[in-house]
Amino acid sequence: MKRRDLIYAVLALFTIWHIAAWMIDQPILPSPIEVIPAFFRELGGDLLPHFAVSLWRVFASTALAILLASPAGLILGQSPRMNALFSPLIYLLYPIPKVVLVPVLILLFGLGDMPKIAIIFIILFFQILVLVRDQAASLRPELIQSVRSLGAGRRALFRYVYLPASLPAILTGLRQSVGTAVAVLYVAELFATQRGLGYYIYLKGSTLFDYPAMYAGIMAMSLLGLGLYFSVDWLERKLCPWEFAK
Amino acid sequence: MIQLNALTFAYANQKPIFQDFSWEVQRGETWAVLGPSGCGKSTLLYLIAGLRFPTAGNVLINGERITRPRPHTGLIIQEYGLLHWATVRENAQLGLRIRGFYGPDGTHAPQDFQPSLNVDPWLDRLRLLPHAEKYPGQLSGGQRQRTAIARTLALEPDLLLMDEPFSSLDAPTREDLQNLTLELQGEQNLTLLIVTHTIEEAAILGKKILLLGEPPNTHPRVIENPQAGSDNFRGSDAYMNICRDLRAQMELP
Repeated sequence: MKRRDLIYAVLALFTIWHIAAWMIDQPILPSPIEVIPAFFRELGGDLLPHFAVSLWRVFASTALAILLASPAGLILGQSPRMNALFSPLIYLLYPIPKVVLVPVLILLFGLGDMPKIAIIFIILFFQILVLVRDQAASLRPELIQSVRSLGAGRRALFRYVYLPASLPAILTGLRQSVGTAVAVLYVAELFATQRGLGYYIYLKGSTLFDYPAMYAGIMAMSLLGLGLYFSVDWLERKLCPWEFAK
Repeated sequence: MIQLNALTFAYANQKPIFQDFSWEVQRGETWAVLGPSGCGKSTLLYLIAGLRFPTAGNVLINGERITRPRPHTGLIIQEYGLLHWATVRENAQLGLRIRGFYGPDGTHAPQDFQPSLNVDPWLDRLRLLPHAEKYPGQLSGGQRQRTAIARTLALEPDLLLMDEPFSSLDAPTREDLQNLTLELQGEQNLTLLIVTHTIEEAAILGKKILLLGEPPNTHPRVIENPQAGSDNFRGSDAYMNICRDLRAQMELP
């Protein structure tokens, strides 16, 4: 996407928002003219620490999901026997809306960062696992045989074939899940915490009735999701240049 | 150089493709393996490459029993052999990288292996240097196969196995690569085994032609074609005759 198009899209969004605020004319929907200064004001206040906490939770859970789901997906993808063993379990667990597990995880892990990290981890884990597994399984046997003929054993096949072949699947998994992950983070941060953007938005909106500050929190959460999305795009360009070769 | 001794091979729950099959290839020979689909041509190549194993009997190369891919055997397949996420140069370096990964252990890499990633002389020889930074998806079919050849030759093989390497290429490219293969075979003193389902290709490339038929193959049917590879062979009477002979032997109209 071109940067210019992105700027136009942001301007269009703010214009629609402004018109909607003007038409509704209620404190519950302030205009962006009011919210944008509030956003920068709140950044200097307590918004930034809450943002940092949410960012850390997303980052930690994402890193954990990549580190655990990628090798698991690679193992299942290149071993039909292991895949046959585990795929009924994955088939059952994959479609469960993971957000219902938030209360269970809070009970299990207590009040700290752990339940929030765990819930995002679970969402990303299954998405990456399934995509990496399918990608690894789809590698043609001719390719594997041809690389084996160059002397590659199992370790070299992982290093030179399965791992690079799975990179796009890992990034696709991230891209597909990042929106859900941020949405679930919001829900998770409504419970049993006083840190994070979810808590901040709820506090400003429902307790303090400071609607511009609440929208500043929503903007920060949107920027978090958008930033993650762009990071995945950037990583894809860096790590998978062949996907963009013409 | 290659000996197949009373070799029997069958895929699980299927009738044997080879049964008590013995065959021998001398160093520096150029063989084409010809036969209809399902006759076991590719299986034979994979058995020699150490990627499949006989149910009975054995495969010896230079007197050593083959139990895994051998560092000095190169295999080139029809397509899908290149890493689509690696550039031409990186693909050509793949075998050297794998050897470097394991070190000179005598199993994955020869014991005298000197780590090096310099494949430019091969890219140059195979007219690939201008395309060195391209990905396989950006190449023509001929360039892709030349990359596969560069990757294999960079490992300095003494035995080159080719499994229908040119079958998906257009006629001029195929002819160009057939000529290149013969040139390289001569230059590097390679023992060459090329599997093909095309009578004309077998006639052009194989100084000896192994004919396989409906399984099980129990004995080698060998046709001598000593003029293959000589100048102007493609237009010669000898070429026409060998094609006619092969057609007759394969019982084609």
